[in-house]
Amino acid sequence: MYKVVTKRFLNDAKTICLFEIEAPLIARHAQAGQFVIFRLDEQGERVPVSVAGYDREKGTVTVMVQAAGRTTKMLHTVAEGDYITDIVGPLGKATEMEGLRKVCVVGGGVGCAIAYPIAKEMHEKGIEVTFIAGFRSADIVILKEELKAASDKLVMCTDDGTYGEKGFTTVFLKNEIEANIAEGKPQFDRVIAIGPDIMMKFLADVTRPYGIKTIISLDPIMVDGTGMCGGCRVIVGGETKFACVDGPDFDAHEVDFDSLLKRAAFYKDEQDAAAQHICNMTGGKRNG
Amino acid sequence: MANMKMEKNPMPEQDPIVRAGNFDEVALGYSAEAAIDEAKRCLNCREPRCRTGCPVSVRIPEFIAKVAEGDFDAAYEIITSTNSLPAVCGRVCPQEKQCESKCVRGIKGESVAIGRLERFVADYHMNKKKKAAVKAPESNGHRIAIVGSGPAGLTCAGDLRKLGYDVTIFEAFHKSGGVLVYGIPQFRLPKEIVAAEIENLQAMGVKIVNNAIVGKSETVDELFEDGFEAVFIGSGAGLPQFLHIPGENLLGVYSANELLTRVNLMKAYRDDYDTPIKRFGRVAVVGAGNVAMDAARVAKRLGAEHVFICYGIEFNLLNNPVAIHGGEDGHVTGIELVRQELGEPDEKGRRKPVAVEGSNWILDVDTVVIAIGTSPNPLIRNTTEGLTFTKKGGIVADEGGVTAREGVFAGGDAVTGSATVILAMGAGKAGAKSIDAYIKSKK
Repeated sequence: MYKVVTKRFLNDAKTICLFEIEAPLIARHAQAGQFVIFRLDEQGERVPVSVAGYDREKGTVTVMVQAAGRTTKMLHTVAEGDYITDIVGPLGKATEMEGLRKVCVVGGGVGCAIAYPIAKEMHEKGIEVTFIAGFRSADIVILKEELKAASDKLVMCTDDGTYGEKGFTTVFLKNEIEANIAEGKPQFDRVIAIGPDIMMKFLADVTRPYGIKTIISLDPIMVDGTGMCGGCRVIVGGETKFACVDGPDFDAHEVDFDSLLKRAAFYKDEQDAAAQHICNMTGGKRNG
Repeated sequence: MANMKMEKNPMPEQDPIVRAGNFDEVALGYSAEAAIDEAKRCLNCREPRCRTGCPVSVRIPEFIAKVAEGDFDAAYEIITSTNSLPAVCGRVCPQEKQCESKCVRGIKGESVAIGRLERFVADYHMNKKKKAAVKAPESNGHRIAIVGSGPAGLTCAGDLRKLGYDVTIFEAFHKSGGVLVYGIPQFRLPKEIVAAEIENLQAMGVKIVNNAIVGKSETVDELFEDGFEAVFIGSGAGLPQFLHIPGENLLGVYSANELLTRVNLMKAYRDDYDTPIKRFGRVAVVGAGNVAMDAARVAKRLGAEHVFICYGIEFNLLNNPVAIHGGEDGHVTGIELVRQELGEPDEKGRRKPVAVEGSNWILDVDTVVIAIGTSPNPLIRNTTEGLTFTKKGGIVADEGGVTAREGVFAGGDAVTGSATVILAMGAGKAGAKSIDAYIKSKK
């Protein structure tokens, strides 16, 4: 059993929640870009979530989770001080930062929570970080202060213009790239984009003509997270890769998005049905 | 007087029609009467050849003699003196290739049903209301780390603990048992049985840390830093192989590992578990080994209308998959096969199958399960210095599990690539012996 030592909703709409969990084995090695898998209880699924932070001394790992399906909705009802049954990791490879000087990090929605520790670590290493954070609207915006502290320049935008600039991240990424050219500044040597698959697909289209290497973090359906099930197969550069052990970071210009989008929706019907049967009264636990 | 019946006492089983619709165990086990009757078929040979066929050297004629006397407790003591997992072995060992293949009764008629008797004794003990307390030997103060709680790791742990070592198993999954829980289906090896065997080991003092991935959560080097004096790697062969044919990433194509893990470990067949699984219609299983059969039987029990086994020379199908076809929505619609015929014999006299040109045909299916084997997981390989590896990724180790690195031992599928439970157990046993010798040599 693993104790939830801190729980905090990160936005007004309470769509995304932070959990700091006691897990010394994970805290010992976790790095930005990696993920963990948690399981709420005996009947629960194994659900992968990105590492949003860690405290090696306290022996805790932090995750920021959006309530989407049954398990994540149930997680949101777990109280501070309560326990979850399992958490394992760190899994996957850490995000590569070696040799980078100027990076644009783009986060979409809960993707900002995953992109945040990457930006933070890069910023601490002295890499120049521009952060573009996109949300649907003001009530789901997260990490306003944290993102500011983790970047040299922060662009916040919402689809409906209720917070920050109005528009999609693709537009602002293009603006930043063009501004570098117009002002004779060094171009980004890397774009890191994390968000919905469809957003990452369009961001890849933005950077492709400029030849800027673009890395995306994928979270396909998986079971074990150690290379065993092969459920997380993605096609990258024409080859089959396992996101759990070969990723989760991949070159966006090599990823077959068509197959990625279809595979992600495979259990949609089952998930939608399952998400309708959650009891809020039991605090994330099942009856009997 | 020995029972000279030529045939084994039959194993009671669930009706085939009924069992195809449930996940309950197929074989139901001997009654005490049947067990005693069967045990009396053993001639108690002076030089028992059956023992030479057992990778964990179970004292077969001795335990069978006790069964014949009706002293099942004594029989259990004899079996567990060399075998930590009798209820598992009694179910999933290929006895027909091992102990039973050596039995003299098998020359004229059927061998003694050694496996069924082992299972009977183990189950008898497990079902006993009042059990004698498990003996936990006193610790000798030497700490040994074991990577993986599958058959190799559990056996190694049990043997070392019996010798007094302070043993900790590190297991990546939330449940212990390795392939015994994620791979072998419930109807062949009930998970309650595996859990009970593991509880026995824990009662003996074996410690298990779940959710610990050696190579990720901590490295082999860190285990030594943490004070372990030797490490046994029994991490198995978990990486599924694929065919590398077009269409392999379509929706509805599973590795056997994924299907089996979803169903066995994550219990997708039960309504009270959250794990999703698709309704299957027509399923093609590619492969012909034990895992392919398990996958096929699982698919049938999940309600598949038809399950086809492709690519199985054992089935004389002589069809080889060349592509998987899908519809607009990305779902599997069929598997394209090419017929094969046996070619000219090669220098060894083996007639290799060759594709018959233009014989391609499409079998309509909505699900394809790839069960063509697994290879060792690279997590340890990528994070451990000083080990050597085979081309296929297996750790190089001798018969005693000794690797190129001092203090590191290995056995089971992590060394050999996918093999059987009992061979892994034999390797765990050999590893324990080598570790004991190694620690004593250091003193």
